[in-house]
Amino acid sequence: MQSIISVSGLSKTYASGFQALKKVDLEIRKGEIFALLGPNGAGKTTLINIICGIVNPSTGVVRVDGHDISRDFRAARSRIGLVPQELATDIFETVWKTVTFSRGLFGKPPDGAYVEKVLKDLSLLDKKNNKIMTLSGGMKRRVLIAKALSHEPQVLFLDEPTAGVDVELRRDMWEMVRGLRERGVTIILTTHYIEEAEQMADRIGVINKGEIILVEDKAVLMEKLGKKQLTLHLQSPLKQLPPELAGQPLELSADGEKMIYTFDAQNEQTGVARLLRQLGDLGIEFKDLRTSQSSLEEIFVALVGART
Amino acid sequence: MNTHGIRALYLFEMSRFWRTLFQSIASPVISTSLYFIVFGSAIGSRMARIDGISYGAFIVPGLTMLAILTQSISNASFGIYMPRFSGTIYEVLSAPISALEIVIGYVGAAASKSIILGLIILATARIFVPYEIAHPVWMVGFLVLTAVTFSLFGFIIGLWADGFEKLQLIPMLVITPLTFLGGSFYSINMLPPLWQKITLFNPVVYLISGFRWSFYGAADVSLGVSLGMTLVFLILCLTIVGWIFKTGYRLKA
Repeated sequence: MQSIISVSGLSKTYASGFQALKKVDLEIRKGEIFALLGPNGAGKTTLINIICGIVNPSTGVVRVDGHDISRDFRAARSRIGLVPQELATDIFETVWKTVTFSRGLFGKPPDGAYVEKVLKDLSLLDKKNNKIMTLSGGMKRRVLIAKALSHEPQVLFLDEPTAGVDVELRRDMWEMVRGLRERGVTIILTTHYIEEAEQMADRIGVINKGEIILVEDKAVLMEKLGKKQLTLHLQSPLKQLPPELAGQPLELSADGEKMIYTFDAQNEQTGVARLLRQLGDLGIEFKDLRTSQSSLEEIFVALVGART
Repeated sequence: MNTHGIRALYLFEMSRFWRTLFQSIASPVISTSLYFIVFGSAIGSRMARIDGISYGAFIVPGLTMLAILTQSISNASFGIYMPRFSGTIYEVLSAPISALEIVIGYVGAAASKSIILGLIILATARIFVPYEIAHPVWMVGFLVLTAVTFSLFGFIIGLWADGFEKLQLIPMLVITPLTFLGGSFYSINMLPPLWQKITLFNPVVYLISGFRWSFYGAADVSLGVSLGMTLVFLILCLTIVGWIFKTGYRLKA
């Protein structure tokens, strides 16, 4: 698939000497939702800020839809909308004025009908004459999204878009993001809520200590790195695991009522059938069984943990 | 050129001007009018004429220039400092707009405000003090040049300041004394010879002198020198602003 953002050999060292990015290479595909995950201080915001023109890179090249962000900054930036992490707005202005300002700033002629549509899509139309200072935190976040969408960008950066918003609003935003993707907008989001990436992303990138340590399709990643667990609810609680089962990836719950077997779903021999046969031979009966796959959060923690 | 971007920045800044009308217009007009009442109408009638001009009329150009200088600096420095302070500068930096276009938007709005204010002050002064404008085109020229130059200077202060205290530091400690000692209330010919020479290091002398010449055809220094010094200061400010945007000083990490 065609790339809309191409990052090559990108490094950033701040004046303090802190190296926020180390030779980052990254391709973002046109029309995808890409989630960039990483712990605090990993370099997520620096990477976004360089692509958007807010921070100067130390070395490296970034192209947006084929346009170099330094040499051809007008063409590159006009394609990008940014929703920053902080709720930075001109609190004394009205919603309408601040959104039309953003559209003009990005070189677009006034278009009341389009701005009205953006506000309507974000449930902000009835607030258009309200001063931003009178809005709730969630509404302010929507205003920032409206500002970022006001110039009809092809790429939308969402830096921690749902930080500090309630569950309902978060789900509304997920819907909105999916709607944008359907209209062909490429979405790059950073988030602390792994659930968010799991729900929405097509591909996942993990950044840690300024380096991209993994970029993978979400489904492939979860299949490749995800462990499966088989939980058996026992008919009668056990005090301890029988010695015949020793050496297997098997745990007994504290109350002795559940037996948990961890296995790799990708292996030809998962060991499940053998375990069930052994339990039958030992006369251990179970009343229920359940399998579960590790979440993206567990995968993320394992990946980052392995690198620290 | 991103004309829509320049227009957006200009109108957004002007919107702040109209929103804070009392602070932007009424406050400087009232305080300058008090000078006209006290020094022009009340005390001025008992003071000797300077270069054949009544004292009340003599101080009109200087006081107008004082208001224009301080308001240009204040408008422009606040205009760019506030987005830096509130974090909304991210939007300007990420927009497809060049450094020159950003400067035109912000400085153009700050200068426009000062020019409007200067014209209102001149109109108000006419209520208290009778004066004539001998060279109206030059008067407007000096008004615009001064407003633009000191708006640029204010823009630099707004970029340099990293707190509200610094924002006030240069206007309070440098500009106001320079304006008061730059011949707003007197002709520099009234000073002792040594101070006359020292005063020539004060750039505001040239602004007030040139502006006063456009009113009465008489000045402390020649018109050419006044114009030249103002242009030198304008070029200096443009060079500094250019350097700031090139290096990203206080704007981009």
